[in-house]
Amino acid sequence: MIATKLLRSSTLRLSILHMAAFGLSVLVLLWFIYSSTAGFMERQTDETINAEIQGLAEQYSQLGLTGLIRVIKSRVAKDKAGSSVYLLTDWKFNPLAGNLPEWPKFKDTGSGWFDATLEDTENFEPRRVRMRYFLLPGNFHLVVGRDVSERVKVERLIVDALIWGMLLTVVLGGAGGVLTSRWMLKRIDVITKASREIMNGDLTRRIPTRGAGDEFDRLAENLNAMLDQIGRLMDGVKQVSNNIAHDLRGPLNRIRSGLEITLSRPLEPETCRQALERAITEIDGLLQTFNALLTIAQAESGARRQDFTDIDLTNLAADAAELYEPVAEEAGLTLEVDLAPQMTVPGNRHLLSQALANLLDNAVKYTPDGGRVTLSLTAGPAGPELTVADTGPGIPPEHREFVLERFTRLESSRNTPGSGLGLSLVAAAAGLHQAELRLGDNSPGLRVTLAFPAGRAKS
Amino acid sequence: MRVLIVEDDLDAAAYLVKGLKESGYVVDHVADGREALYRVAAETYDACVVDRMLPGVDGLTIVKTMRSAGNAAPVLILSALGDVDDRVKGLKAGGDDYLVKPYAFAELLARLEALLRRGRSDAPDTMLKVADLEMDLVGRTVRRAGRPIELKPKEFALLEYLMRHAGHVVTRTMLLENVWDYSFDPQTNVIDVHVSRLRQKIDKGHDKPLLSTIRGAGYSLRDSH
Repeated sequence: MIATKLLRSSTLRLSILHMAAFGLSVLVLLWFIYSSTAGFMERQTDETINAEIQGLAEQYSQLGLTGLIRVIKSRVAKDKAGSSVYLLTDWKFNPLAGNLPEWPKFKDTGSGWFDATLEDTENFEPRRVRMRYFLLPGNFHLVVGRDVSERVKVERLIVDALIWGMLLTVVLGGAGGVLTSRWMLKRIDVITKASREIMNGDLTRRIPTRGAGDEFDRLAENLNAMLDQIGRLMDGVKQVSNNIAHDLRGPLNRIRSGLEITLSRPLEPETCRQALERAITEIDGLLQTFNALLTIAQAESGARRQDFTDIDLTNLAADAAELYEPVAEEAGLTLEVDLAPQMTVPGNRHLLSQALANLLDNAVKYTPDGGRVTLSLTAGPAGPELTVADTGPGIPPEHREFVLERFTRLESSRNTPGSGLGLSLVAAAAGLHQAELRLGDNSPGLRVTLAFPAGRAKS
Repeated sequence: MRVLIVEDDLDAAAYLVKGLKESGYVVDHVADGREALYRVAAETYDACVVDRMLPGVDGLTIVKTMRSAGNAAPVLILSALGDVDDRVKGLKAGGDDYLVKPYAFAELLARLEALLRRGRSDAPDTMLKVADLEMDLVGRTVRRAGRPIELKPKEFALLEYLMRHAGHVVTRTMLLENVWDYSFDPQTNVIDVHVSRLRQKIDKGHDKPLLSTIRGAGYSLRDSH
């Protein structure tokens, strides 16, 4: 179980990759060491042989053949360790001097250099010899060589050391990789376990941190912060759904009990008809609430921003004013309209119309007989500002944030029909248009301003 | 008048079929998109009521196929998708009207009748006449029994819409959509106030009221009762 997890863990895969790269660089390094030590020794041997051949050739030219033979003999005699090889022959390869019994067989590569293995009668061990062949004037053949058996041994030692070094690298690197990945897996397991418990419903649980401030701690802290945020959002959703449940239950309850009462009584066409009509009215109200909620959710999601078009606010406000003017008059109110010409913002016409209609609706609904409702459109410091002001009771400053939430209805307006969604929709529409929604005092009354951001000039 | 209903919700369909039959229509019902495509190709209908979400072929595809085949029968799309964008999509696909579920049957009937009438008067009217109420569309004037009536531009548009649909029920939503171009219902009955103002202007002082309220449905401008 643990083994398969280890094998599947990306940490292990990473450490294997790391090990391979590390091994490769060790290999290159060792190769460099090998070539610079063994190569140095090789070059040194070759230089010695060259110097000796040069010396012997000089001796030959100065002292002649006999002189050369003498020199060779004395060198052979001096070389007690037998590390040097000499052989001088005539043109028929008959030995004249030296410590080689016969002319060695070799393939002439043109350079004169060659390696040979010589049987050694004294040591019973073949000798590895590096030699150079040289043709002296007068067709005398000369080979000079050096015993390189020692050097070969050293080279083999180096190679052995390199192989062991590689093996050690692999073993230590592998073990290190396994240990590191196990350590990382353990920390990831802690996070996985905690998040699984959270997914299983324990939303209060948090991922433990070690206080080391390392990457894992930072990851855990971020996840915890995310969980906190989710928790807050969940609370918000719970709040809203409680509100929805409450606001939909009321009308549903009224519909149900109304129909039940009608059923329990003797069925008379007229009472049935009235009950059904009441039910339909209630259902229409429910649908309106429902639609408003959907519209708010849509506006808040920001999905509609992509199909914004240029909206002539002056026109839009004039239309809304025209729509509400008779209602205002009927309610005994004066509707004053003051619109600056040619104010354009990018936006969604339907949402803006609905937001403005909601504001006018509220103003007409809450302003007592004889009051005044003012709709104005002015050029603000940034963009156009659309204001609906009334002379109604207004909203106390401490409640102004509160009324923008869904289903909020002030105690004072319990008896006025409404869903408590009107201003929420206005707030959502403002948010979608990046407009600032200001609730202010009209002393007396409420003054709601939608301040649009600076936009493109009307073309 | 022969109407095809394409609706996969059988209860809703039965209710629609019953209602339309009682209103004097000949009604066929299919529950499946493919079947609907076959029917509109094989038979001639005066109008179709098509649910947008159907098994097999969806409603918008049906409308598109009908239009590309040269079938111009008016189509009323029914949908549970009530967003403005969905509505635009439905009308772009070739639908003539779009009604969001749940709907009132009266609303559906009024819209269907409006669709069926639409095709008939091809020539642009210059004059509309209902009983002794006359509207001059060129001079933008209205007279009743020869006496001129002063109307504001929106009142004129409202009356024009009512006169074009004279004798039939016009719902509040139809008025909001067609006269004000609003696709939402304001909370207060703004439309009622507008209509009652208009009624004041055209019916006051006349024996025979022309503009009447239809309970639970809307309004109707008609010659006699």
